[in-house]
Amino acid sequence: MWKYVIRRLLYAIPTLLGISVIVFLITRLAPGDPIRLYTFGALNVTEEDIQGLRAYYGLDKPLAIQYVNWIWQVLHGDFGMSLIYHQPALALLFERMGATLQLTFTALFLQLVIGIPLGVMAALRRGSWVDNVIRVFGVIGHAIPQFWLGLMAIILVSVTLRLLPSQGVLTVGKDVWDIPDRLRHIIMPAFVLALAGIANYSRYLRTETLDVISQDYVRTAHAKGLAERTVIYVHALRNALIPMVTALGGILAVLVSGALVVEQVFTWPGVGQFTYAAARAKDYPVIMAGVMVASTLLVLSYLLRDIAYAIVDPRIKVK
Amino acid sequence: MAVGAQTATRPLELPQPRGSAGLWSTAWYSLRRDRLTMAAGAVVLLIILLSVGAPLLAEYVFRTTFDKQDLLHTYGAPTLDPPAYLLGSDEVGRSQVVRLFYGGQVSLFVGFVAAFIQLTIGVLLGLMAGYFRGRVDDLITWFITTLNSIPTIFLLIIISALFAPGPITLTIIIGTIFWTGITNFVRGQTFALREREFVTAARTVGATSWRIMLRHILPNVLPLIFVLTAIDVGTIILAESALSYLGLGIVPPTPSWGNMLTNAASYFNRAPWLVASPGAMIFLTVLCLYLVGDGLRDALDPRLKSR
Repeated sequence: MWKYVIRRLLYAIPTLLGISVIVFLITRLAPGDPIRLYTFGALNVTEEDIQGLRAYYGLDKPLAIQYVNWIWQVLHGDFGMSLIYHQPALALLFERMGATLQLTFTALFLQLVIGIPLGVMAALRRGSWVDNVIRVFGVIGHAIPQFWLGLMAIILVSVTLRLLPSQGVLTVGKDVWDIPDRLRHIIMPAFVLALAGIANYSRYLRTETLDVISQDYVRTAHAKGLAERTVIYVHALRNALIPMVTALGGILAVLVSGALVVEQVFTWPGVGQFTYAAARAKDYPVIMAGVMVASTLLVLSYLLRDIAYAIVDPRIKVK
Repeated sequence: MAVGAQTATRPLELPQPRGSAGLWSTAWYSLRRDRLTMAAGAVVLLIILLSVGAPLLAEYVFRTTFDKQDLLHTYGAPTLDPPAYLLGSDEVGRSQVVRLFYGGQVSLFVGFVAAFIQLTIGVLLGLMAGYFRGRVDDLITWFITTLNSIPTIFLLIIISALFAPGPITLTIIIGTIFWTGITNFVRGQTFALREREFVTAARTVGATSWRIMLRHILPNVLPLIFVLTAIDVGTIILAESALSYLGLGIVPPTPSWGNMLTNAASYFNRAPWLVASPGAMIFLTVLCLYLVGDGLRDALDPRLKSR
């Protein structure tokens, strides 16, 4: 097991290097010069000063050397200073990490708790109206634009019915540990973020459960006289869930991307919203750090997925 | 498309059995019975027609243009009089319905063209990875893993923010980002197909690698690629609209379904109907594309129908 984990960890290194090259190239090939952006409008800056600054920041060196310098700094946790806040970009992002993790984990929890039972239910009542409703929902949940769903939810739930707050993590002035208030704030964004995944899980699990319940060992379990409940939840579901672990990868990617959009709609002060604001303001160091942090999160969750897969399906280690 | 590239070298002119006609006619036969898919297909066609015909509709039916302002009639509620305000008017009194159709032009263009680009890249890389295996496969797989590890919207946001692309550049960028799904699929299929007898036979008569890939393996994977493409067009439209909503994709004054929502969102307590219609168009288009994809899959692979 440990050998597998270590090998899988080593595989993550070329991926992270690849990501860093892509991010680096995008920023360096972009039109415009960060130095001219810094000094824009400053009347007493001469062309010589600009050349001097370029040399100071190492921008006059060949691209390969610039990359090595940049990656060296990044490995030391230095993504540079935010052009707007004049604080280290990485520290600014980590301040907002908590809000993002809260939102994504709540959404993931909702997806599992709602999506899995829906899928099993559809498979067990195959062909009935329950099955049809769940299947239709499976397609609709994918096709609704998240930001639009969020806006409509705000119009309906917050503006018209006045049931839930439309933005933020916490009512201003409330205690940080006011859990009921936090829950009231997280319900809407978490549901909006979770919807696509709920649809995904219910679709996958319906197919997998249908596959599994026609297998011999399920018939054996029935023949032994086990209760229907035991057969479904102990024998069938456990095996139907194995391929789901693989599907988790795609769902996590959608979650991290979706979180940015949902954070923006609900003014949720997370990494995504911050990176987006930086992108609008052309705050280079924060944009780069934001993409690297989000990608690293995704690489880590892929890693956890693969390890979880090796645990639930011991055959994988043999390969 | 890619098929055209291989005409230059043609070692043996063998008669081509027209095997695929059977597949398509059977597929069409079962598609016609699938009412949901046919209805979804009809809706997609209708939306395409309305968008392409937007200038004509604007001139002859609604008697306005997409940028004609009327500052006396801002935030108008939906009304039949005049017909231009069928879906209401926006913050400067422009006709929402006409802008919606024009927005469709942009959103559909980005969706279909970007899907075509990613299809071409995806198929070529998938064939190469699956056929050549070894180093080529390792390299392509590594690239896929890397690209899949950057959350799409983050990648799109930094590119849009730093390069400020126009609609066409944006389309190309999206096309060069979304190909990984198709590549994975084609790669897997090619792995299996290259071991089959007909590939060995083709190699024996002296067919080149590219000829085998494009002429013998590609036709076997093509049907399901169309399914994936229909679904990808939907996914791309969703991504573009999210990006445009965030103000980084298609930028005003060019209307797109996404950027129409940006403005509408800031005025939603005055005119909630302005939020409803662009989102509903995105939803309807994407939903129907997904349904067409699902239906095509069932029609092309009857084994799946029992599910």
